[in-house]
Amino acid sequence: MSLRRFIAVRVAATIPILFGVSVLTFALVHLTPGDPIDQMVALNPQISPAEEAAIRARYGLDGPVWQQYLTWMSNVLQGNLGTVISVDQPVLPYIMARLPETIALGLFGWAIALLISIPTGIYAAVNKDTLGDDLSRVFALSGISLPNFWLGLMLILVFALWLDLWPVLAPDKPLLSAEMLWYLVLPGVTIGTASSATLMRVMRSSMAEEMNKEYVTAARAKGLPERTVVLKHVLRNSLISVTTIAAFLTASIFAGAVVVEQVFAWPGLGRAFVGAIIGREVDLIMAITLFTGVTIILANLLADIMYAVLDPRIRYD
Amino acid sequence: MSTDRGRIRITGFDADRVESREPLSDWTETRDTETEGRWTRAWREFRRNRSAMLGLYIVIAMSLLALFARPITIAGVTVQPFSLAPYDPGAILYAQGLDVSAYEAPSLAHPFGTDGSARDVFSRVLYGGRFSLSIGFIVVFVTAAIGLVYGAVAGYYGGWVDEVMMRVLDLIFAFPGLLLALIIVAVLGKGYWELVLAFTAIGWAGYARLIRGEILKVKENEYVLAAKALGARDRRVIFRHVVPNAIAPLIVQASLSIGTVVIGVAALGFLGLGLPPSSAEWGTMLDQTRQTIVQGPGGSIPWWVTVFPGGAIFLFVMSMNLIGDGINDALDAQEGEDVARGGEV
Amino acid sequence: MALLEVEDLTVNFYTEEGVVTAVDDLSFRIERGEKFGVVGESGAGKSVTALSVMRLIEEPGRIESGTVRFDGTDLMEMSESEVRDVRGNDIAMIFQDAQTALNPVYTVGEQIAEAIRHHLDYDDAAARDRAIRLLDDVGIPEPAARYDDYPHEFSGGMQQRVVIAMALSCDPDLLIADEPTTALDVTIEAKILDRLERLAEEYDTAIQLITHDLGVIAEMCDRVMVMYAGRAVEKATVEELYYDPKHPYTVGLMSAIPRIGDGQDRLQTIPGTMPDLVEVPSGCSFHPRCPFAEEVCTRKQPPLVDPDTGEGVGLSDRAAACLAYTGDLDNELDYEVEVRGRAEQPEDGQPDPRVRRPDSEPVRTDSDPVGLDTDLLDQNDDGEDDAGGLSDG
Repeated sequence: MSLRRFIAVRVAATIPILFGVSVLTFALVHLTPGDPIDQMVALNPQISPAEEAAIRARYGLDGPVWQQYLTWMSNVLQGNLGTVISVDQPVLPYIMARLPETIALGLFGWAIALLISIPTGIYAAVNKDTLGDDLSRVFALSGISLPNFWLGLMLILVFALWLDLWPVLAPDKPLLSAEMLWYLVLPGVTIGTASSATLMRVMRSSMAEEMNKEYVTAARAKGLPERTVVLKHVLRNSLISVTTIAAFLTASIFAGAVVVEQVFAWPGLGRAFVGAIIGREVDLIMAITLFTGVTIILANLLADIMYAVLDPRIRYD
Repeated sequence: MSTDRGRIRITGFDADRVESREPLSDWTETRDTETEGRWTRAWREFRRNRSAMLGLYIVIAMSLLALFARPITIAGVTVQPFSLAPYDPGAILYAQGLDVSAYEAPSLAHPFGTDGSARDVFSRVLYGGRFSLSIGFIVVFVTAAIGLVYGAVAGYYGGWVDEVMMRVLDLIFAFPGLLLALIIVAVLGKGYWELVLAFTAIGWAGYARLIRGEILKVKENEYVLAAKALGARDRRVIFRHVVPNAIAPLIVQASLSIGTVVIGVAALGFLGLGLPPSSAEWGTMLDQTRQTIVQGPGGSIPWWVTVFPGGAIFLFVMSMNLIGDGINDALDAQEGEDVARGGEV
Repeated sequence: MALLEVEDLTVNFYTEEGVVTAVDDLSFRIERGEKFGVVGESGAGKSVTALSVMRLIEEPGRIESGTVRFDGTDLMEMSESEVRDVRGNDIAMIFQDAQTALNPVYTVGEQIAEAIRHHLDYDDAAARDRAIRLLDDVGIPEPAARYDDYPHEFSGGMQQRVVIAMALSCDPDLLIADEPTTALDVTIEAKILDRLERLAEEYDTAIQLITHDLGVIAEMCDRVMVMYAGRAVEKATVEELYYDPKHPYTVGLMSAIPRIGDGQDRLQTIPGTMPDLVEVPSGCSFHPRCPFAEEVCTRKQPPLVDPDTGEGVGLSDRAAACLAYTGDLDNELDYEVEVRGRAEQPEDGQPDPRVRRPDSEPVRTDSDPVGLDTDLLDQNDDGEDDAGGLSDG
């Protein structure tokens, strides 16, 4: 099977999962007995039964559940994700306005995670059981044990309030500016810490595992310098196992965004999601959930393809 | 040259002589330590791991503190009379006529200070362990059981059963756990058992995938094939032969995910979607204090209301992760992707 | 001057259970172009010896003492970068399990060419040409096309050929082959060994062949060292070892070889197993398994001596480490070596035409009872052991 064919097969296999994701999204929100209109009526007793029926018809809520799903899905596919009731604005532009904020935060978090974890993981595995290795293990363990909301609060406490290096909350600045990069530091570190700790552990253990394999001794027996042995032979093999958690880390950064945006009052999708949950904005909840699911599925797909590129064996499965 | 093997013949190397004679020295082939059982050895190994034992002591201490923080009464009968917390965690102290104001800095009378409603933070942190810890242990126990059965069935039967069951898992893994938990709590409402349900609903999938992988590994082992060949029934084969061998990574995963659940519960509390706002739950306490930090009440900053509840979460999760790592090392289980999942939800 | 002279080599491993002496005061030499066999059960310290010669012992192992003179220079005195110039270039290694010795994510061609580029300063194209020639030499069909294939696209036998090509890539003077055919089945084993032997002659390379199989030693080697629990217990030429084994352990190994049609109804094996090196028996470490052992064997560690004179031997060719030759035993080693059919072929003055002497051309006959006759297999050699080459396409 060629690489191209492998990718085609994987892409095709993604389609039913995307369908499943949409079903699960819809089902989750419609789990609750009654529907949003019931709640609306309960809160607004002045709505007459006739008006209620009209509203139901307008939102496609008058048919059986599967029909409602189809209505919703066909609307989604046409780009109509519904309305954010509190501000009376369509969902799509509402999301698009907040998406860049979350992407900037997520990318910053990813960059921090990769920059810290890969070199540290390599260092720790090569210098196993030295002081440096122990320190990196303590860091990694602390990193995965730190609740990100607390880390964010502590960073504000120390760096914004005590040392006064940052303002407590980022001012409203155009996103793509050097200034903004500065304001991204605290939330970016907060969101990236857990991922970098996880990645560091995986990196260290996979490097250490690969270092014990015979091809490493064979590469040394060829007289190659240790740098080549580690960075050419071992690293490529251990990166393969790292790609398998890349999709998981994307999910964790998404989850992180929900909390961290709340801590730093960052105007992104995560904050919008918490607002939607509290305000029971059903359309917005479904839209953000669907968007997240699709993104993670695509991240998974990308990780699979990377895996296949890095590991020649996988294409022949 | 193998021809020579047929041509040279050696006589007189009499192995029986070795077996029948008295041993010449007290040297023996096997040493007695090897007969020790796997779990005994693992426990001995664990006890030698100082950081894991430290974690264990901290978890035991925090659990006991939470348990004995306030008396426990079931159906009018006091089953636990001790009260280590100096104050009622919900009591607004100046309302009780005490000379205490809001945001008092830590002192001997109030080691962790007081919060915005003049409640004793130390008492609240002690008592708060009850929510996080109990939810953590309940969820992990239930999810591990569900995941064990689900994964064992999928892995053992294979084929289309496995295919369908695994696709369901793929769907759950397509969402960040925290997002799903938020939606479930939004649908069900706030509350203790709602939280348990939300984290159970998202938590079992990891175990299921782990167990399925382990089952696939041990399924082809000879003893399983032998049991099947002898006509043992499927259920019996799964639970008598296959599961015990897959249990070690399950234990590692469980010990690491208690921390995950505790952080998740606190995160929901922090987002205002966990327990009622006045609860002494750690995350909810941090939610209460976030505003004070962000707005900065001018001059003095009540750092203690942030540091102590969050520190309690960190200390507990860190200790659980130390224990998990210790168990992992002791059982020599593989540190895979699932095991690495120690922090985020 | 010998190509390789190892003297008093001691290697320890510092494990949790205690200090393990994997190689204990070992000395041997290998001449240029010679084929030197090292034989013993697994755990005897053969592989550790091999890795020590290349200074590739890793934590928790440590080379405690000894000299390894290669071409007159002591490798132990060299800096790490000087040793790296020797590795792969002057001394190369063939590993037991080709599947694990090849890096799964690089093409076989790249894995051969990288050493050529590194040691011989070839550019990419020249290194590629040389690697393709090597693949051809070791008998891989369509070498230019297979250059870009990954290890998993080769069968086990073909992978081992790649590993041999890798080892030969810089035309080394010494090839250390650590159980090169153990992972392969018997028919492929014969072909690989034969190929290895021919290439060694062609490239004028000495071979240190490590194996647990006395048959393989007989097939290829000139001189042999028998190892037990980290020590050399007997050294001899192949001929002497087979016709006149001196150490009870060698005798036991020879008795354990299955023979066709010799009328014995059961295989004589050495009782027990090789000791765990953490707790080596006192005195002669073989005494718990030795039918000839006496009380003195538990107290006194036998030195390696000339079995005829009972005197220390240094790097000499004929030696055995048994108290029988130092006059410490009360009884004789009462085993007998019986060579059947010798009477029928005394004409040419040699004891047996099938015993190869170091100074004579190999003599082969067609009467091989086990089917290991390599001449017969030669005609089908190239690529036959894995017809299509793709193991799991």
